[in-house]
Amino acid sequence: MSLKLPIYLDHNATTPMDPRVLDAMLPYFTEKFGNSASRNHQYGWDAEEGVDYAREQVGNLIGCTSKEIVWTSGSTESNNLAIKGVADMYGKKGNHIITAVHEHKATLDPVKRLQKQGFDVTWLEPNSDGIITAEAVEGALRDDTILVTIMWANNELGTINEIPEIGKMLKEKHSEKDKPILHTDATQWVGKMPTDVERDGVDLLSASAHKMYGPKGVGFLYVRRRRPRVRLTPIIDGGGHERGMRSGTLNVTGIVGMGKACEIAGQEMDSEQGRLLKMRTRLEEGITSKLEMAVINGHPTKRLPGTTNISFPYVEGESLMMAIKEIAVSSGSACTSASLEPSYVLKALGLGDEIAHSSIRFGMGRFTTDEEIDYTIEKVVKNVQHLLDMSPLWEMVQEGIDLDSIEWGAH
Amino acid sequence: MAYSEKVIDHYENPRNIGTMDKADPNVGTGVVGAPECGDVMRLQIKVNPETGVIEDAKFKTFGCGSAIASSSLATEWLKGKSLHDADEIKNTDIVQELALPPVKIHCSVLAEDAIKHALEDYLEKHGKTMESLHEHDHEHEDAKA
Repeated sequence: MSLKLPIYLDHNATTPMDPRVLDAMLPYFTEKFGNSASRNHQYGWDAEEGVDYAREQVGNLIGCTSKEIVWTSGSTESNNLAIKGVADMYGKKGNHIITAVHEHKATLDPVKRLQKQGFDVTWLEPNSDGIITAEAVEGALRDDTILVTIMWANNELGTINEIPEIGKMLKEKHSEKDKPILHTDATQWVGKMPTDVERDGVDLLSASAHKMYGPKGVGFLYVRRRRPRVRLTPIIDGGGHERGMRSGTLNVTGIVGMGKACEIAGQEMDSEQGRLLKMRTRLEEGITSKLEMAVINGHPTKRLPGTTNISFPYVEGESLMMAIKEIAVSSGSACTSASLEPSYVLKALGLGDEIAHSSIRFGMGRFTTDEEIDYTIEKVVKNVQHLLDMSPLWEMVQEGIDLDSIEWGAH
Repeated sequence: MAYSEKVIDHYENPRNIGTMDKADPNVGTGVVGAPECGDVMRLQIKVNPETGVIEDAKFKTFGCGSAIASSSLATEWLKGKSLHDADEIKNTDIVQELALPPVKIHCSVLAEDAIKHALEDYLEKHGKTMESLHEHDHEHEDAKA
């Protein structure tokens, strides 16, 4: 069988839709097209039934009740609603927010806006392994902390933060009434790894359908209803949909798709985890065994099974992308790679600008094959070697010259 | 980024990659750029001391496709040229030949700089300056005047 080029290894950016998800959605475009808020006829009831079923499918995946799901347009909106909603609702109780410097922009930017409005923010920095620990969060806690917002898995590195440990620590240190709210952007996590908001002590959780083989433009925010009941000020006002937290006619087709995507993810999670981890190991070993300078970024094991971020020092980033143009991957952050700024996530790990530029995220997914991985290894190794042969820096390093000792000309 | 066919050709089949002995009196070496700027170019020429003609040229470049192509093209152009004519190579010639877009003009500037540094290094080894290359230019101009 011939391979379809370019090979898609950018599943952290988005995933193809699973055909089973599409099948579930199709009737809701043409036959069951009703407005789920229409209470007076069959069309509305059919649509509502689809939406309610999807709530249960999501609930089954993350361990919550269907009443705790607020549908949104995706994780960016979910994060905005969670962060701004808590700040507005609990602002009188406290003024302090804890987050991390290498969060996704969909968290950083809402928090920065709140900071401008007068909130105090602690920006936690990860260790070189990229992980935010419960200890780090504990050290930043104050009496007036109202919100801790830490992503579950990092989108560029795949590193996994200590969310259950943070949840547990917050519960141990505070009464239910005084506990800061724990929000997690679980966009990269949900659907790939087992999630139980009860067990893990999460109060608010954001997710997007298109990261788990569902459609784009739909996501949800889990909002805890009891112990403690979390209240949010909405950012979109209107007809009072979603218990007043998010007005607007529901995206019924998208929601049905997200429900189905969650159901499939739950059913196949165990086998997929093992398969993807094997694939990631195959890719990492295949590359690092032949390219001795290649470095895997982030914690060696506490990472999502299908994600790896590899730096190729001594070759330049743009030529590296040219070298592997048959592989669809991301260099730097998918959301910022339109600019030539080096990734702030990699810089947070202490990587220099030039190495951050020469880093590639490989994201494997449900439909990735071993054959595609082998092709990728072959291409990467061959073409990076070609660039190394051309690199004066690599030659110097092999001669034992310390590149930092050289006075480079300015230009 | 859409590269021109010529850039892609030089990138995929770079001409004259290699390293010469820096200590060789007949070799001139120019290294320009910096890793944190995303480009480091090293260009070397080997000059026939009898004729003053560049017999061979080599490069190694850390940089984008345009930087690699600019230095690869420079080595092609340098071979067989006198030092005087080598110094006449302008970045604009490289821009034109490779159809570099405005954002990549700095790659051609770097290649011209690398040529100049290589010439300077060779001349210094022989106790000469860059100005010496163009002494006769003035004579010609004077003669014309």
